[in-house]
Amino acid sequence: MKDFICIEGVSKLFGDFKAVDNVDLEIGQGELFSILGGSGCGKTTLLRMLAGFEIPSSGTIKIDGVDVTNMAPYDRPVNMMFQSYAIFPHMNVAKNVGYGLRKDGIAKPEIKKRVDQMLELVQLSELETRNPNQLSGGQTQRVALARALIKQPKVLLLDEPLAALDKKLRERTQFELMNIQDELGITFVVVTHDQEEAMTLSGRIAVMDEGRFEQIGTPKEIYEFPTNRFVADFIGTINMFEGIVTVVGENQIQVYSDEIGETLTALGRQLVEVGQEIDIAVRPEKIFVSKEKPADEDGVCVQGMVDDLGYLGNRSLYRIRLKSGKIVQVSSQNRRRSVTRFLEWEDKVWISWRPRSAVVLLD
Amino acid sequence: MTHHSRFIISVLSFGYAFLYIPLLLVVIYSFNDSAIATVWGGFSTRWYGELLQNDLILDAAFLSLRIAVTSATAATILGTMAGLVLARFGRFKGRTLFSGMIFSPMIMPEVITGLSLLLFFVTLQQLTGWPGQRGFSTIAIAHTTFAMAYVAVIVQSRLMAMDESLEEAAMDLGGRPLRVVFDITLPLIAPAMIAGWLLSFTLSLDDLVIASFVSGPGSTTLPMYIFSKVKLGVSPDINALASMIIAAVSVGVAIAWLVSRRIARTSSNT
Repeated sequence: MKDFICIEGVSKLFGDFKAVDNVDLEIGQGELFSILGGSGCGKTTLLRMLAGFEIPSSGTIKIDGVDVTNMAPYDRPVNMMFQSYAIFPHMNVAKNVGYGLRKDGIAKPEIKKRVDQMLELVQLSELETRNPNQLSGGQTQRVALARALIKQPKVLLLDEPLAALDKKLRERTQFELMNIQDELGITFVVVTHDQEEAMTLSGRIAVMDEGRFEQIGTPKEIYEFPTNRFVADFIGTINMFEGIVTVVGENQIQVYSDEIGETLTALGRQLVEVGQEIDIAVRPEKIFVSKEKPADEDGVCVQGMVDDLGYLGNRSLYRIRLKSGKIVQVSSQNRRRSVTRFLEWEDKVWISWRPRSAVVLLD
Repeated sequence: MTHHSRFIISVLSFGYAFLYIPLLLVVIYSFNDSAIATVWGGFSTRWYGELLQNDLILDAAFLSLRIAVTSATAATILGTMAGLVLARFGRFKGRTLFSGMIFSPMIMPEVITGLSLLLFFVTLQQLTGWPGQRGFSTIAIAHTTFAMAYVAVIVQSRLMAMDESLEEAAMDLGGRPLRVVFDITLPLIAPAMIAGWLLSFTLSLDDLVIASFVSGPGSTTLPMYIFSKVKLGVSPDINALASMIIAAVSVGVAIAWLVSRRIARTSSNT
């Protein structure tokens, strides 16, 4: 079902401030969907409206065909994992996990059985009598997850699920979350400011800014084909060159850019006109750097000078200064094992990319 | 030992001396055999014996205790409710006025509070016939009024420090708002409520000014009794009474400390 969660024209105002501005969104059953954005973009407000802690100023929210717009949090078939995890400090692990079932008036043996099952799923079986202050960060996160999943909600909301964990643990937990989601088939809606987290976790991502969605798509679509400057700039690193369209061909265009100092070719995915001001955006890893001028005739090829370089182990980062003073970031894989550097500061180099690697951005 | 630490130690001992020597003197002089309270006449426990036969003192002490327990309990209930409203109900109409009214007894001079409460009780009696006689109930109500301000402050600050998403999580898991208050909020603010109760109890027990305004004939609290006796010169049985109160308070504080240490230990070890 494509429209398992259906958000229609939802806005939320705090005084005069529009936290969420007329948003439409459909999320399918069993999807792992992320809402990605910086702080204050309205993503948490949207999540809280799904959970029932905020009532939309206008618009409707439906879950599995039922209008839940004004439904209280305790009546919704939705559970949430909080950013702070919100583990009840005066209850042990088993009591925390079983809280939701106790509120539903389920019989004690049944609660015990389901708590045991759930603790097994999150690999905490030995810790059921522990108190929350004796748990590590990763264990606390699992208790929070188990507690939110035990009522088998139709939708699980996760507010910055991994922000409180350190990097190594975060990577491992990401995959555990995906496995659990896969196993239970529950629809997950994740709110995060961490693009890496969103990219690895989700099937689809909505990039949000100032209360609106800038783009909704798969991680690949959003990374490789951003539809506007905000998304291109927000996701990963990107080089943007201002330019003016000089020729519009059948499926490629010519663009003159002052910053590059010459005319270059790009694939015109959108409708553009001659004389229109656009941006050409290229990801650092799509740019090749070489000492000799590359032979490829179709490509864009510009001369520059190494301004700065950084060795990261698996790859090297270069900052190349063009004649116009524009700095271009290039990332190249270190395929060969060598202690001598391929490039040094102040080296004169050529940077080049294929026309299809560049994205044309209109707004 | 450096000059610096010697300085700190002397300041510390001066501070302790300032706080505890007067109390120590009271305890020492309670064992004074002489009838003149300020002249040492050898060791004796006779004033303790006389104290226990003095019905006036015992009645006053018992009345004070009853008032203190009643008003501390009422103040804890009302103050907790006020603290909850102030910390968790967001901005509602009249919030500023409400918080001003809650905290005003803390700033108001006791004489003013006492006087206004007296006028209130007199007017109330003229209008409704109650309270027929001022005494236990009027003093307890008066003490509740100002003690609940302290409880409200303590509870509110505890709630402010508490993660609000705990209550939201409980509600998200199916707890209705009132249930959540009993499941989550109250257990977590219980230490603040106990602290508030103890503070209210102490405030009530040693209040002289307000009690003097709103008490009636035949209802003399312990501070009122002591104060009236001191006016006629300090008699040694007052020293004995003071020593017993000091002993009782010390035991109470020690128990509270032991209990809190045990709670802290069980919550971090088991």
